[in-house]
Amino acid sequence: MSEEIIKNIMVGEHEDYLINMGPQHPSTHGVLRLEVSLNGEDVKKVTPHIGYIHRSIEKMCEKDTYKQIIHLTDRMDYLSAHMNNEAVSLLVENALQIEVPERVKYIRAILDELSRIASHHLWWSAFGMDLGALTTFFYGLRDREKILAIFEESFGSRLLHSFITPGGLMHDVHSNFRKDTLEFIKYFRKKLPEYKSLLTDNIIFHQRTKGVGKMDKKTSVAYGVTGPSGRGSGFSCDVRKIAPYGVYDQIEFNEILKNDGDVFSRYLVRMEEMEESMNILEQLIDKMPDGNEYTAKMKAIVKLPEGEYYQRVETARGELGVYVVSTGAKHPYRVRFRTPNFSNLFVLNNLAKGGKIADLVAISGSLDLVIPDIDR
Amino acid sequence: MILDIYSFSTLTHSINKGLNAVMSPLLATIVELVIVGVLFLMLYAVLGLFLVYLERKVCAVMQNRIGPNRVGRWGMFQTIADLIKLLMKELIPIKRADQFLFNLAPFIVIIASFMAMAALPFAKGLQAIDFNIGIFYIIAVSSLGVIGILIAGWSSNSKYSLVGAMRSGAQIVSYELSVGLSLLSIVIFSGSMQLSTVIASQADGWWIFKGQIPAIIAFILYLVAGTAEINRGPFDLAEAESELTAGFHTEYSGIKFAFFFLAEYMNMFIVAAIATTMFLGGWMPFHIGDWTGFNHIMDYIPSIVWFFGKTFVVIYLIMWFKWTFPRLRIDQLLNLEWKYLLPLNLMNTVFISFIVLMGWYFK
Amino acid sequence: MDNKTDLVEVLSKLIPLGKVTMGNQYPEIIVDPDKLHKTALALKDLKTTPFDFLIDVTAVDFVTHFLLVFHLESTNTHEVIVLKTQLEDHDSPFVDSVSDLWPTAEFQEREIFDLFGIRFNNHPDLRRLFMEDDYGYPLRKDFKDEINIIEYPN
Repeated sequence: MSEEIIKNIMVGEHEDYLINMGPQHPSTHGVLRLEVSLNGEDVKKVTPHIGYIHRSIEKMCEKDTYKQIIHLTDRMDYLSAHMNNEAVSLLVENALQIEVPERVKYIRAILDELSRIASHHLWWSAFGMDLGALTTFFYGLRDREKILAIFEESFGSRLLHSFITPGGLMHDVHSNFRKDTLEFIKYFRKKLPEYKSLLTDNIIFHQRTKGVGKMDKKTSVAYGVTGPSGRGSGFSCDVRKIAPYGVYDQIEFNEILKNDGDVFSRYLVRMEEMEESMNILEQLIDKMPDGNEYTAKMKAIVKLPEGEYYQRVETARGELGVYVVSTGAKHPYRVRFRTPNFSNLFVLNNLAKGGKIADLVAISGSLDLVIPDIDR
Repeated sequence: MILDIYSFSTLTHSINKGLNAVMSPLLATIVELVIVGVLFLMLYAVLGLFLVYLERKVCAVMQNRIGPNRVGRWGMFQTIADLIKLLMKELIPIKRADQFLFNLAPFIVIIASFMAMAALPFAKGLQAIDFNIGIFYIIAVSSLGVIGILIAGWSSNSKYSLVGAMRSGAQIVSYELSVGLSLLSIVIFSGSMQLSTVIASQADGWWIFKGQIPAIIAFILYLVAGTAEINRGPFDLAEAESELTAGFHTEYSGIKFAFFFLAEYMNMFIVAAIATTMFLGGWMPFHIGDWTGFNHIMDYIPSIVWFFGKTFVVIYLIMWFKWTFPRLRIDQLLNLEWKYLLPLNLMNTVFISFIVLMGWYFK
Repeated sequence: MDNKTDLVEVLSKLIPLGKVTMGNQYPEIIVDPDKLHKTALALKDLKTTPFDFLIDVTAVDFVTHFLLVFHLESTNTHEVIVLKTQLEDHDSPFVDSVSDLWPTAEFQEREIFDLFGIRFNNHPDLRRLFMEDDYGYPLRKDFKDEINIIEYPN
């Protein structure tokens, strides 16, 4: 066993030129160490090393009640915090067979889609910045501020809200919520064509992203790459279509699939998903019932009946799965989070092999990794 | 001509006469050399500081923010504050680096750009060195900067620096060909490499207008190749922060880093100044054919204002490139040069020679 | 619900090695650890609903034994099933790796090895993922770390 470990550490010492990207690096978007072995400019092997931000969330959940777990799930993929919360809440509600009011379901879906737009837009800014178009970062953050202002008005915090809880919501949303969201949609619709001509139609961008990092559908399924990264290769994995939750079965929307599987396809999938999310938002705001109920009746202490439960949710990066084993106590016996970024990361070696270092940056940017989600 | 009011030759002649009257000719020459040297050093420093400040403001406006506005009115003294900070920073010594080469590299880079600046015509009568091989000298001397970059990358004894320096060296050496050929096209038009002759031949119109389409093509090619020469804009792979930290000058700190930093901005100024001199008329005002009234009004603006105005327009263009486009990969960069720019340039040069022989251009 | 019970019947016929029942949400197959690889291969090669997408591999520590849980999905019919196997040896458990069938399992199994100490046979690269080499196996119920973990009296 130990000889194998030593051999693995020394495998780079042969003739390979080893470069470490990270853990502190401007373009790995978090604490991720990529050990890249190079042959000149060509990448021969990429080995990711993770664990720098491991906070033992799964172990902590074994000592917390179900309402306290919500606050921990926020911090996994912090850019789709609402969807993480929703996964645990839906699991508890389905296990106890509690029916939440319709209005709550609509508000949850609206928050999900707003987070999705914010997350994809932040990805767009960072991706442009990685490739050298530094201006996109400022434009993206400027627009995202509007969404964060909507959140701050209702919840008091901009990023980690812990708002969706088992039973409904923490409290009611602000009265301006609908109006502000519609205004944002109008504003953002005007901006998207501008961003299209800035980056999407740029010939230098096409040269950097077309044909780079090709992933076919078989690899995508084999490595479990879900979300926009998987849909860029034709893998139809949108949980909102496969196993609808909340009100998604009453909303009409398209699942964006592209077949080329290169960095450009994944880019296009995310840009078009932002448009789709705006269409979904308009339908949701139209259909949202009025009123001010925000929660169903729940006991103060939540105890799930004995057994196992699994809930799947579509976050901005892929399929999040929550698996809970309960023995009837008020703490779960085992909580497991199947995070999308964990599977998305490890396909990096397949994609980056044979390319150049600049391609490695483009590919890891297109996979849209959030490292705390990998390490939990 | 009214132009003569603004000529600096009277000033320089009077200084020369004054000095020769007071001391022996040899001493007078030495004093003149010292004066010119000091003036150039000051110009270099002031221009460098100003360009850094300008870049930050221009980039801020494009990114929908304000830029430095705390240090002094409109943040004018921001660069001076940065310079003082860099001067006071610790010079981190690298144990296993080649000490002599490590210290030499920034100086080579600065000296190369300083020597190139010496031959620029700033205004009528204000040109330090007027060789008869003017443009050839400038291109030759600015190529010396590559040596500095390669030495910096090698002697830092760090993988990142070495990869960055190799990339940069390959890039600069390739794009020098395009720069030379584009400038050669104007030499063919004007018939001389001497900068003052080139400018004088633009007295009735700038070459970019007189030479019509081939001159415009040469101008565009020169801009692209010039931006690549100075490691800027979409061609700044060598110092791309999101990839290799800082490329060849990762290991430098303090005043040595300030040298690299300053030399980059001054190289940008030199590239823009050469474009102005060869294509846009140098310090010649904007004349349109026989519109004598218009021409006389244009003549009232001093030549030094014309020169710096045109140069700053070209500098703004170069900055605009950097903040809009993503970066090219190294193989795409070299592809662009060897497969697209160089053949285009060669064809353009042949075309221009043909035009000049036939006389099919505005003389 | 109908197609789920159908699926249970179909699977019982095709996978004679394990016990097929209807769990809480999805059909469950329970096999012995030494038949795990064969069952997984059979599931992956099913004609009508090949289970080619491994959603998750995880382990649960019941103090006397370990339970290894696989969630599998078929990409053409979007059916989900659960494959379970029980490891009786609590001190040094061994089980076959399925990373040759589903490459994503390679890394999920490394995490299980890191956090539970379950060793996988025929794994290409069995190393720890998050922890240092001498840390112990944190997600086990009998794991004690006086320095980093604060135990609250319940």
